[in-house]
Amino acid sequence: MPGSNGRRVAVIAGYRTPFSKAGTALKDTRAVDLARHAARELLERTNLEGADVDEVIFGQVVPSALVPNIAREVSLLPQFPKEIPAFSLNRACASANQAITAAHDQIALGNADVIIAGGAEALSDIPILASKRLADILVEASKAKSLGARIRTFAKIRPRDLIPVAPAIAEPSTGQSMGQSAEKMAKENRISREAQDRWAFRSHTLAAQGTADGRLTAEIAPWLPMRAGQPILQQDNGIRADTSLEQMAKLKPAFDRRYGSVTAANSSPLTDGASAVLLMSTEAAQALGYEPLAFIRSYAVAAVDPGWQLLQAPVWAVPKALERAGIGWKDLGLIELHEAFAAQVLSNLQGFAEKGWEINEDIINVMGGSIAIGHPFGATGGRIVTTLANEMRRRDVQFGLVSVCAQGGMGFAMVLERR
Amino acid sequence: MAASAPPVTAPALTWEVNEGIAVVVLDLQGQPVNVISRAVKDEFLACFAALADDANVRAVAFLSGKADNFIAGADIEEFVKLGSAAEAERLAAEGQEMLDRVARFPKPVAVGIHGSCLGGGFEFALACHYRVATDYPKTQIGLPEVQLGILPAAGGCQRLPRLVGVRAALDMILAGKAERASKAFRLGMVDELVPPPILADITIAAARRMAGGWRPKRKRRGGFLGFLLDGNPLGRRIVFRTARKQVLERTGGHYPAPLAALEAVEFGLRHGIAEGLKREAQLFGQLAVTDVSRKLVQIFFATNQLKKDPGVANAPPPVRVKRLGIIGSGFMGSGIAGTAVVQAEVDVRMKDADLARVAQGIHAARAILDDRLKQRRITKYEHARLVALLSGGDTYAGFGRAELVIEAVFEDLVVKQQVLQEAEGAIPESGVFASNTSTIPITRIAEAARAPERVIGMHFFSPVAKMPLLEVIPGARTVPGTVSTAVGFGRRMGKTVIVAKDSPGFWVNRILAPYANEVGHLLAEGASIEDIDGMAVRFGFPVGPVTLLDEVGLDVALKVAEVMLAAYGDRLTRSPGPGVAALVKAGRLGRKSGRGFYIYQGGKKRAVDESVYGLLGVHPNGGPRPAEILQRLVLGMVNEAAQAVGEGVVRSPRDGDIGAIFGFGFPPFRGGPLRYADDLGADRLVADLQRLTERLGPRFAPSEVLQEQARRGSKFYS
Repeated sequence: MPGSNGRRVAVIAGYRTPFSKAGTALKDTRAVDLARHAARELLERTNLEGADVDEVIFGQVVPSALVPNIAREVSLLPQFPKEIPAFSLNRACASANQAITAAHDQIALGNADVIIAGGAEALSDIPILASKRLADILVEASKAKSLGARIRTFAKIRPRDLIPVAPAIAEPSTGQSMGQSAEKMAKENRISREAQDRWAFRSHTLAAQGTADGRLTAEIAPWLPMRAGQPILQQDNGIRADTSLEQMAKLKPAFDRRYGSVTAANSSPLTDGASAVLLMSTEAAQALGYEPLAFIRSYAVAAVDPGWQLLQAPVWAVPKALERAGIGWKDLGLIELHEAFAAQVLSNLQGFAEKGWEINEDIINVMGGSIAIGHPFGATGGRIVTTLANEMRRRDVQFGLVSVCAQGGMGFAMVLERR
Repeated sequence: MAASAPPVTAPALTWEVNEGIAVVVLDLQGQPVNVISRAVKDEFLACFAALADDANVRAVAFLSGKADNFIAGADIEEFVKLGSAAEAERLAAEGQEMLDRVARFPKPVAVGIHGSCLGGGFEFALACHYRVATDYPKTQIGLPEVQLGILPAAGGCQRLPRLVGVRAALDMILAGKAERASKAFRLGMVDELVPPPILADITIAAARRMAGGWRPKRKRRGGFLGFLLDGNPLGRRIVFRTARKQVLERTGGHYPAPLAALEAVEFGLRHGIAEGLKREAQLFGQLAVTDVSRKLVQIFFATNQLKKDPGVANAPPPVRVKRLGIIGSGFMGSGIAGTAVVQAEVDVRMKDADLARVAQGIHAARAILDDRLKQRRITKYEHARLVALLSGGDTYAGFGRAELVIEAVFEDLVVKQQVLQEAEGAIPESGVFASNTSTIPITRIAEAARAPERVIGMHFFSPVAKMPLLEVIPGARTVPGTVSTAVGFGRRMGKTVIVAKDSPGFWVNRILAPYANEVGHLLAEGASIEDIDGMAVRFGFPVGPVTLLDEVGLDVALKVAEVMLAAYGDRLTRSPGPGVAALVKAGRLGRKSGRGFYIYQGGKKRAVDESVYGLLGVHPNGGPRPAEILQRLVLGMVNEAAQAVGEGVVRSPRDGDIGAIFGFGFPPFRGGPLRYADDLGADRLVADLQRLTERLGPRFAPSEVLQEQARRGSKFYS
C-alpha cells in the first residue's frame, strides 16, 4: 500500500527469541528482556547502526505493571541513541502485526524511514492482581496520616483478601474463555475432533521439518541465559517431532469434558517469546544497502460480535486486504495463518471456501504454525511476517498473505509482495 | 610592527559580595584543573586579607570555577624542585599557616565541592567551617599523598582525625585513598551532599546561616565502638598499634610515608594541634627528599606522560571504538570483554565455537560488572545498562560494525591465522584486528592477513580486570593509525599502555624469562621455594617468582618458557631436571587447578606442596646463600632488561620501567629495573655479573648495553 506520496515499505529482516512454553526455559525472564534480546539480535544480524532507527514500536497483550511501555525500554538499549521515540500497543493476538502496520503507516507517510516493530509476551510473568478489597486497603493505608491510622487500616485485612487474582484469557464482554469460544466454533462449523488433531499433527510435523532443515532456526536468535547454569535455548521447545495422531487422540477435551473436541494438543500453548521486524522505506533500504525480503502491499482489520464466533473475523479481514491489494485469492503463493486453535483454523478455511476460494493446503503454514511453534500473544505477528517474507524469498513467490485472529472478535490480514 | 602586550596573568581567585556573603571562585586560567601553587597561595592570602577588612562581608562561600574539578592538590612541579628537607619543611609550614588563617578566619567559610578534591585541596576544605559536596561520580575526596611517598602536611593529619575519628582518618591517609562523595558524607568528611545544580545555592545558604550565628553540630561517628576506640587515649593506642602492624605488613617496611603519617596523627592527638602541625611539617620535610618519594613521583610523572603518548611517531588520532568484537570467550576473552564494558562502555560482541562457551564467557564478563555493583562503584541501573552491552554468539553476526576485534583463542599460530581470516571476512574494511598472544610473533600471524597493516598485538595480563598493564605490539607492516587505535582503546580500558617491539616475549615476558628460569637453577642447587619467594618479597616484589608462576598458570608459563628458550638459548640456560613440565604433566597448573608449587584452598594460597620437590627431582638442603638467591634473581632480570632496551624492545627506559612495575610489580620504590641499574651503576653491575658468569655460566654474561655504559660512565636516564 504505497502512501499517497508513492512511498513503499520494505520488510528487511526479522528475528525472534526461541518460543518457549510458559513455565519452562524462560520462566524467570521478563517480557522486556525478551523484547530487548530480539531487537538487539536484529541489529547484530543486520549490522544496522542503532542511530539509523527512527522509531521502535512493540506490541504486548499482558503488560507488566512495572514496564508499561515495553517499546521504550527496547529503544533505551545502549545500542541505540537515547533519542529514539517508542510506543507500545495492544491489538490482542495481532499486536505485533499492528506494530508492523503502524510502522508501515509512519514510513509510508514519510514521517520515518527505519522502524523496528515487534512484540513480546512473557506468560510466565503475568501480573498477579491483589483482590479489590486488599487493593483498597493498601491505597487507604498509603494515605494514612499516622502510624496508628495505618495499623487500624491494615487490621481490616481478612485472610480471603489475600487470595491473589490471576487474569484469565476470557472475553470481558462475554466471560467466555478462548477455549470455550473455540469449542463453540468447532460445534457450529461441525469441525471434527479428527480434523482438528490432523491439523495439529500437520503443524508439528511441518514445524519439526522447518527446524531440522534450518529454515525456522534461521529466524531465531538463541537465548543465552542471564545466569550461569541455566540452559541455552536454541529453538522453539513446544514442537514435537515425535508426536502421533494416536497419542493426540488419547487426550481429554479441555473445555467441554462430555461433548468437546478442543484439547491441549490441538490448541496453541501459553508461550514466552519476542520478535522484532526491521522495516524501511525503499529509499532508506537502498541508501543503507539492504535488500528487501518483501514489500507491504496492503492490510485490513475487521471485527465481529465476540458472542458469535470469536475467532472468525479473518474471513472479513482477508477479502478487504485482497481488495485493497487489488489481487485475488488465487494470486496468493503463500499463506501464513495464525493457529490459535485447530478448530479456528479449520473454521477460517471453511469461511474462505464458502466464498468460492479454493483451499490449497500446500501453501498454508508451510513450516507449521502457532499450535506447534507456540503463541506468545504479543510476538506471534512478528514471527508470522518474518516467516512469510523469508519463505517468499526462498520460493520467489510474488504475493503472500498473513491472517491472524484476535481476542475481541477481531481479525487482521496483510498482503506482502516480493517485488 | 606593534609591540605585543606583556602577558597579563589573570587572577585565579575572584569574588563578589552579595548581601553580606562573599562568593569566592577559584579558577586557574589556562589550566585543566585547579592546583595550589605558591602564586595561588599568595592570592589566597591577599583575598582573605581583603575579605577580613571588608566590613560588608559577613561570611564566605568558596567554589571552584572548573566544570569537573574542585582542587586536584598541591602543585607537584613545585614539590619536585625542593632541594633540602629544610626547604620542604618550610613549604609545608607556609601552607599550614595559610590554612590556619582560613581556619581562624573571623568570618565563617563554607566550601562547595564538585569534582576531585584531593590532597591540599581537601586540606583546604578541612580548614573551612562547612563542607558541601555534590553527589556526582567525579566528586572524589581524599588524601593521596602517601602514594607519592609524602604525607598530608597542610594540617590533614591533624584536622581529619578530629573530624571523622582516628580509625576512618587513618584508613584514608595511610592508604592514600580517595572516596566518592557519598562515602565521604557517610564518614563525615563533608557535612552535606547535594545535586550539582544547587551546590552554589546551598553553599551560600550555609555561609549565610553561619553568618547569623548558626554552627553545624557534628556528632561522634561510630557509636559506642567509636567511643571505645577513637574517643579515648587507651582505645586510640590500640588503633595505632593495629594500624602500624597493618602498614608494615602491607609495605614490607619499604615505604616510610605511611608510618610517618601515622606518627603525625598520633603526635598531634597527644600534644595538641599546634605541636602536631609542627611535627607534620618536619616529617614532610624528611619524606620529601627521600629516594622513595623521588621514585614514586618519577613514576607518577611517567604514567601521566604515557597517558598522553600515542605510542608511535606521527600517529593519526585513534579510531573511536564503539563496538568491540572478541573472539574466544575463555578466561582472557571474557576478562577483556568485562573490562572493556566497565571501563570503556563499549558494545561488546563475543564469538566462540559453541554457544555454551559463549554463555560461560558472558557470565564471566558479567561477574566483573557484578563486582562493581557489589563494591557500590556503580548503581543497579548503570549495572543493567552495562550488562546490556554484553552479548555473543557462535557466528560473526554483529562483527560488521566492529572497529576493533581482539582475539583470545588458543595459543597456536594456525588457529590464530584462521581466526584472523574469518574475522577479516566479517569486520568492516577499516577494522583493526588485535591478537592477545603472549608468545607468537605478530608479524607471523599477520602473514595470513588481507590487510596486515591493520593487524596488531594487544597483550593483556591475567586477570585482565585487575592487571593495569597492556603491551601493544605492532607487526612489521602495522601502520601508525592501527597503533594509535590500539593504544587509545587500551587506555580507555583503564590500562597503562606501553608499545613493545615484535620480538619473542615482547617486554614483560622477555625480562621475566631469566628471573623465572633462575628458579629452576636455584631449586636444583637445593634452595627452598620459601627462600626463593621470601627473598623476592623482601626485595619488594608483591609475590615471589614461584608464586608468580602459580598465578600465571604453569601450563602457560611452560609454553612461554619454551618459546623464550628457543629464542634466547644463548642467553638462557635450561635448568637441569624435568622442570615445570613435570608439574604440568601431573596436572598441577598452579592456582587455577588448586595445586602448583603451592596448595590452594578456597581461593587462598596455603603452604608449599612438599611433594613438588620429588616431582622435580630436587632436594631442598639450604642451597645458595639468601643474598646470592636475590642477586641471581634480580641481576638476571636487570641484565636482560638492559639488553632488550639496547635492542629497542621498548621505546624508552621510561616505558621499560613502567612496564615492569605495572606488569608484574617490580618494586615501585626502586623505580623499575632500569632505574635500579642506574642506581647500582653499570660498572658495579658488570663486575657482579662477570663474577656470576665465572661461577654459574654464560647466562649471566653482562649485556652489551651495560658494558658500554660501564666504559663510558653513562646511564639509562641522563
